[in-house]
Amino acid sequence: MNDALPTFQWYWDLDGWIILAGIFCSASAALLGSFLVLRRMSMLGDAISHAVLPGLAAAFFLTGSRQSGLMFVGAILVGVLTSWLTQWTRQIGKVDEGAAIGVVFTGLFALGLVMIVRGADSVDLDPGCVLYGSIELTPLDRYRVAGIEIPRAVVMLGSVLLINLTAIVLFYRQLKITSFDPALADSLGISSRAMHYLLAALVALTAVASFESVGNILVVAMLIVPPATAALLTDRLSTMLAVSVTIGIVATVSGHLGAITVPRIWGYSSVSTAGGMTIAAGILLVGTIVFAPRTGLVWSVGKRWLWGIRVNCEDVLALLYRKEERGEPGPTVNTLSKQLLLSHRSLWLYRWLLSLRSYVRVEKSEWKLTERGRMAAQDLVRSHRLWENYFASEVGLPTEQLHQPAERLEHFTGSQIRKQLLEHGPSQDVDPHGKPIPPERNPSP
Amino acid sequence: MNGSDILVQILRVITLQDYNTRMVMLGTGLLGAATGVIGVFLLLRKRALLGDAISHATLPGVCLAFLIGVANGGSGKSMSMLLLGAAATGLLGGLAILGLRQFRRIKEDAALGIVLSIFFGLGILLLTLIQQIPEGHAAGLEGFIYGKTASMIAEDAMLIASVTSCVLLLALLLYRPLQLLCFDEGYAASQGWPVLWLDGLLMALVVAITIVGLQAVGLIMMIALLVIPAAASRFWTHQLPKMLPLSAALATLSCLVGATISAITPRVPSGAAIVLIAVGIFLVSMFFGKARGIYWNWLRNWKLKSSYDREHLLRDLYELVELERDQKKLGKQALTDISIPVDVIEKRRLWSHGRMLRLLYRLQLQGLVLMQGKDLVRFTASGCKEAERLTYDHRLWELYLMTYADVDPMRVDRSADDTEHALDPEIIGSLKAIIDKEWNGEFPPSPHPLESTEQGGAKR
Repeated sequence: MNDALPTFQWYWDLDGWIILAGIFCSASAALLGSFLVLRRMSMLGDAISHAVLPGLAAAFFLTGSRQSGLMFVGAILVGVLTSWLTQWTRQIGKVDEGAAIGVVFTGLFALGLVMIVRGADSVDLDPGCVLYGSIELTPLDRYRVAGIEIPRAVVMLGSVLLINLTAIVLFYRQLKITSFDPALADSLGISSRAMHYLLAALVALTAVASFESVGNILVVAMLIVPPATAALLTDRLSTMLAVSVTIGIVATVSGHLGAITVPRIWGYSSVSTAGGMTIAAGILLVGTIVFAPRTGLVWSVGKRWLWGIRVNCEDVLALLYRKEERGEPGPTVNTLSKQLLLSHRSLWLYRWLLSLRSYVRVEKSEWKLTERGRMAAQDLVRSHRLWENYFASEVGLPTEQLHQPAERLEHFTGSQIRKQLLEHGPSQDVDPHGKPIPPERNPSP
Repeated sequence: MNGSDILVQILRVITLQDYNTRMVMLGTGLLGAATGVIGVFLLLRKRALLGDAISHATLPGVCLAFLIGVANGGSGKSMSMLLLGAAATGLLGGLAILGLRQFRRIKEDAALGIVLSIFFGLGILLLTLIQQIPEGHAAGLEGFIYGKTASMIAEDAMLIASVTSCVLLLALLLYRPLQLLCFDEGYAASQGWPVLWLDGLLMALVVAITIVGLQAVGLIMMIALLVIPAAASRFWTHQLPKMLPLSAALATLSCLVGATISAITPRVPSGAAIVLIAVGIFLVSMFFGKARGIYWNWLRNWKLKSSYDREHLLRDLYELVELERDQKKLGKQALTDISIPVDVIEKRRLWSHGRMLRLLYRLQLQGLVLMQGKDLVRFTASGCKEAERLTYDHRLWELYLMTYADVDPMRVDRSADDTEHALDPEIIGSLKAIIDKEWNGEFPPSPHPLESTEQGGAKR
């Protein structure tokens, strides 16, 4: 803390284990979470992770130990019970799903709380301790496995990952069909109920294994955030699973690194790693929302912006062509701005773009078409007038309504369509307003 | 503690003799009323778990406000600053949910989960940071999230009272647009209401009620109060104007009862007691609620089903008796004299013996049939008349199906079985008018062979 520069120490023996435990937890959660998110059951993960409290408490009272297998059994039973009660309330009582979840998990949590507080004399178990375990302490509690000392949490979370992976590999097809089309699944003889409860049991197992080692909030975050991020990036389930696990792992590693380094910049020591991992997952999600190809904000806004520029440039070209056609002098920026309703600033941009492609040159502040520009404008005006002909003769629009649709369509009309318009429309050399239709430019790309 | 001590204790609590009890009752009761009302709107807007996400999202705000307070040289524990911080991130979380909803690929549930976990993660992170500050005894802050119902003081109760009355007033003023928003978002928009702003406003009401509730009663109970009473009141009524006061009343009731139980029972946290009482009220409503309760639905189904069974049984018996009479060439008056063995009727239905006997017993109580010993049964005069009417209706419908709907004679029986119960006198009248010509007023024979003929018929 006294160092002037932000420094940090990296101990493989500590940080390595912490990251490994985090990776196992995130990967297990992200695998299950993909199915939860697809089935719109995300909040069930949150509910189960609260509702296992009475199961833990009951198991604890029976064995008097916090490290028994019975804790897992109790938690899984209550996890499945939560899911069953939610389904039951939803179907029998016709209660909205969110409300059903809310009733069940708060009720079970309160029950667990009363059990723990009532038994507080004889036992040492407080809800904060059960639900908000600390991943930083994982390396301290170790097992000896095959001659190596391995933290208990790593062994536990590793086995949970293995179990989840096995279950998903074994039931991949069933899970997939029941997630996307429960009705089809039932008609194929695949029970969507069974898959629902399988998922609930696995979520409960993952949640309880993670509680004391890495804390509740990390599981809930990793169940939802990486799969939701992956869903923005892909449409394939297998890809989604791989992407969400990858995101989970990246968030884990960068979250831990961030938690032990970033606070040092302001002279603090490291902060909660679980919190850091959650924030890292959040940053990845926001990054995806902003930068994702096709679905991202930058992409869609950028695409619209580029189209806008293209259309406006083409409008400028067509206007210059019509002025030239009428023998008028080249317009100034002011005239263009008035006639096309464009700002001066954007016209500067278009001028720059158009002269870059040598379509337009500006002499004494008058905009003029170059030979190249005239050819490009010729195609546009030809498209426009061919469309006007088509709308007049084939669609039967009155003359004063011809301009609007043609103005819109001219930007999307290539030589192929112009040929077709010529075939289907009346073969005239003038448009309905009596203006000549410029000839097709020589075949060019 | 012996019996009389407990009684004295209960009396003390119920008569509000302790300052502490008075404050707890006042605070939680008011809070219950407001959450009950807001909860109804959330439930109908299908956002019951919004309170869950928002209450988690307040934690980073509390921590940030504390950090800012400390950085400015204070202790950081100014209540108004903490509340302001909580409101800020709570609102931010709500807006983030609305924002995430705009993406087609992120569903509502995922949006809630994302906001909940990321904001809470940030809060946990900031808490560990605060623990390193010499001034920062974060214990107070944790109390902010987990509640301290039992140690509520007048100041807390006043805060709750002022905020809840503001929230209730706003909810009442905006009753009409909120109602439209909940039932038909599209229609509300078409009437010119700014739907997004209304959603934001509802969220702001949730935030306001959540931040005062959180530090009073804790996170889980806050979620429970927003969800459970509203869901419970839904079982009692279909009308919003009745649902709102009912939900508020149920919430207040569970708060008062829960707080009382907590005060007279050692080592029962009041928050948990209140939640459990609310769940109990929910269960009672779910079973016995007048509008949608399971019990009433079940009763209706049961009545319908047993009237079907009764009609089926009477007709079966009639057809068997009729068959017996025709085989033995007995006169028309003999219908009430013929007894049929119970197991022969049983063969025509997939009913268990017990169900058959129960039905027969009920028919006997109604004076429609007479049991002779354990396994013979025959009609009384009124039973015969009733069964004749039922059989007549059944055959009318069968003939109608065969004549006018071209249904195969072997298949009309099952179809008529399902429909006959729904035939009201008017339909029977018009069926009669259509079909009667063919029989010239005679009682119609069954248009298809009866099943029991193949099985040897009724043997004596």
